[in-house]
Amino acid sequence: MDDRVAAAWQQLPLFLGEHVVLSAAALGLGLTLSLLCAVAAVRNRYVRWPVLTLASLVQTIPGLALLALFYPLLLALSALSETVFGRSFSALGFLPSLLALTLYSMLPVIRNGVTGILTLDPAIVEAARGVGMTDWQRLVRIEFPLAAPMLMAGVRTAAVWVIGAATLSTPVGQTSLGNYIFAGLQVQNWVSVLFGCVAAAALALIVDQLLALIESGVVRRRPVRITVGALVLVAGVALAAMPRSDETADYVVGAKSFTEQYILSALIADRIAAEGGEATRRTGLGSAIAFTALAAGDIDVYVDYSGTLWANVMRRADVPARTRLLAELQSWLAREHGVGLLGALGFENAYVLAMRRDRAAGLGIASIDDLAAHARDLTVGADLEFFARPEWPALRDAYGLDFAERREFQSTFMYDAVATGEVDVITAFSSDGRIAANDLVVLTDPRGAFLPYDAIVLVSAERADDPLLRRAVAPLVDAIPVEMMREANHLVDRSVNPLSPTAAARWLSDSIAPRSGP
Amino acid sequence: MSANPPAIERVRAIELRGVGHAYGAVRVIHDLDLAVEAGEFVAIVGESGSGKTTTLKTINRLLDPDAGEVLIDGVPTRVQPAHLLRRRIGYVFQRIGLFPHLTVAENIGVTPKLLGWSSTTIAARVVELLDLVNLPQTFSARQPAELSGGQRQRVGVARALAARPSIMLMDEPFGALDPVTRDALGSEYRRLHERMRLTTLMVTHDVLEAVLLADRIVVMRSGSIVADGQPRDLLNDHPDETVRALMDMPRRQALRVAAMLEESVRG
Repeated sequence: MDDRVAAAWQQLPLFLGEHVVLSAAALGLGLTLSLLCAVAAVRNRYVRWPVLTLASLVQTIPGLALLALFYPLLLALSALSETVFGRSFSALGFLPSLLALTLYSMLPVIRNGVTGILTLDPAIVEAARGVGMTDWQRLVRIEFPLAAPMLMAGVRTAAVWVIGAATLSTPVGQTSLGNYIFAGLQVQNWVSVLFGCVAAAALALIVDQLLALIESGVVRRRPVRITVGALVLVAGVALAAMPRSDETADYVVGAKSFTEQYILSALIADRIAAEGGEATRRTGLGSAIAFTALAAGDIDVYVDYSGTLWANVMRRADVPARTRLLAELQSWLAREHGVGLLGALGFENAYVLAMRRDRAAGLGIASIDDLAAHARDLTVGADLEFFARPEWPALRDAYGLDFAERREFQSTFMYDAVATGEVDVITAFSSDGRIAANDLVVLTDPRGAFLPYDAIVLVSAERADDPLLRRAVAPLVDAIPVEMMREANHLVDRSVNPLSPTAAARWLSDSIAPRSGP
Repeated sequence: MSANPPAIERVRAIELRGVGHAYGAVRVIHDLDLAVEAGEFVAIVGESGSGKTTTLKTINRLLDPDAGEVLIDGVPTRVQPAHLLRRRIGYVFQRIGLFPHLTVAENIGVTPKLLGWSSTTIAARVVELLDLVNLPQTFSARQPAELSGGQRQRVGVARALAARPSIMLMDEPFGALDPVTRDALGSEYRRLHERMRLTTLMVTHDVLEAVLLADRIVVMRSGSIVADGQPRDLLNDHPDETVRALMDMPRRQALRVAAMLEESVRG
């Protein structure tokens, strides 16, 4: 427990710093845009309705979806900029997070600004016109100062929303306090999840109180309060924006958001360091985003799975044999994206169907064929993407599966669900440590309906021939059998005395090449 | 010597030529002609909805008329931006509209500041104006919320006079005040009007106030002028029934009060 808290504290300067810079930038941009929108909406009633409706509409989009949507959009823009100006930009990380959070911050400021100005005493507006103010002078000298208390209340709301929603920027590759939450959720490190939540809440609370100080200064016309509040805010952002040494790394190692990926990215980063390179990790990437990020050069290297790319990226529906799939994938990646496939690690992280041992024995189920006979009385649990993948109809049709009920879980909770008997059968991953930990049996696939899912190391086009990277990855190729990976995953996922992914990576490294110690 | 010397057209301080205005489909004033000579104090009276306020607002372009034109000192008001026109014309209205976030001094100095006067000039002018409207100098640092209704309207008048306009437009300026304050402020303003040689156009629904303060009374009904003359002429059996009805009340009240006073003197 103690070392988990210590590990969390150690990461705090980085995560908090990034979180603060991102939130401040989004709020600054959002506030500017909101004020412009509010002015337009106040001055022109034909603009008012569309602006307020649009801002409300943005608010109804779930934060995570909004962030995810900006990624493909920016990618397209980046490609366009590449063709038009010959320069592209990173569509991952800061930019999509900034834009999504900016949009997210706008509604309360616009709404309060518009209401604040429109509900001013008409006599004051008439007087302002009567003494000879232009529209602009009236806005700056009369309307904004008088609407300021209400506007500031909107800014406070926006700040709290943005600081909370910024935790969702982790899956699009932006470091934030959300790293604690997403990583913790994956490896069942609840200390980390709690730490992230508390840190984000504390930050929101502090910022809210500072803005409240400014607000009271505005309402009571105490310039001292405004100055103190603003100075502390500016100092905080400046402190967070100070450059950190780790930003100069040469190699960016990506990882999707589950235990095995955290371990393997740590392993690759260690290997790069061992070869004398500098590496940072960008972890917690959405499954679909990781490959796009590699293709765009936003990350240099990461581990993916052959079946995933085959179905999701190449969009193939057929199920070829393992070696043929790998060969076709390799040439397609090189041809279409210039992406290099440095080799397979030696294990598969395939979809399998798994059941509790006692339950399977009780029903006499060993293969998916056996399962099909009982499926009508059983509930199946899957991760959040399985039912949307081509494997599901392929599997269903191959065996004629017809379950009583289908349920979807975040993968951590899926294992809990099968362990407690809430569901009867789950779509597990073959390398998952929780199969052994929960005493599950993997059902055989006699009809070969599931795709092969070899873990493979991919490198970006720019790094495809990088000698250091090749040297770093070479010892890992065909070096990790599935039992070893399962054990490493289990070291992190187990509830008693769990290791950090970094520690598990070191264990894995030692297991691959046992050191000749004294 | 010619038989018909060319008529020298006198330049009027305010002149409305065929002015009309409608809010949507509702025509509030139509084809209105009105001239106010420099130094005159003219009151516009009439029932609610007769178009008094609308007429007043076309003069400093708080409303732009949709027909006709308005001239100030012989120059059409359309030739310059509305805000520049308004800085040259004092405007006082019933709801006063002091800016609640500014001090009394800042409220008074607002138009001079817009005109780019130096802060020392503005400060001196504020001192002068507080004296002029009979407010103590200590008021300059106060917030409008700390003042009584009468004090606020004194500040309103001071603010309107701050940039030394020659024309004052007043829309029921004392309508919301208690009778004593109202009378005091009315007569004080009349003295200011004389002293500073202002041209004043005042809208009021209080006929007695109009009779006591104005040199000339304009009576409006349904967006048109139905009578225009000196108070004493309008008080004596005007041919128009509306005018008679309107002027009759202050006359009867005055006669009753006079009779009572006479009685008390005799008694």
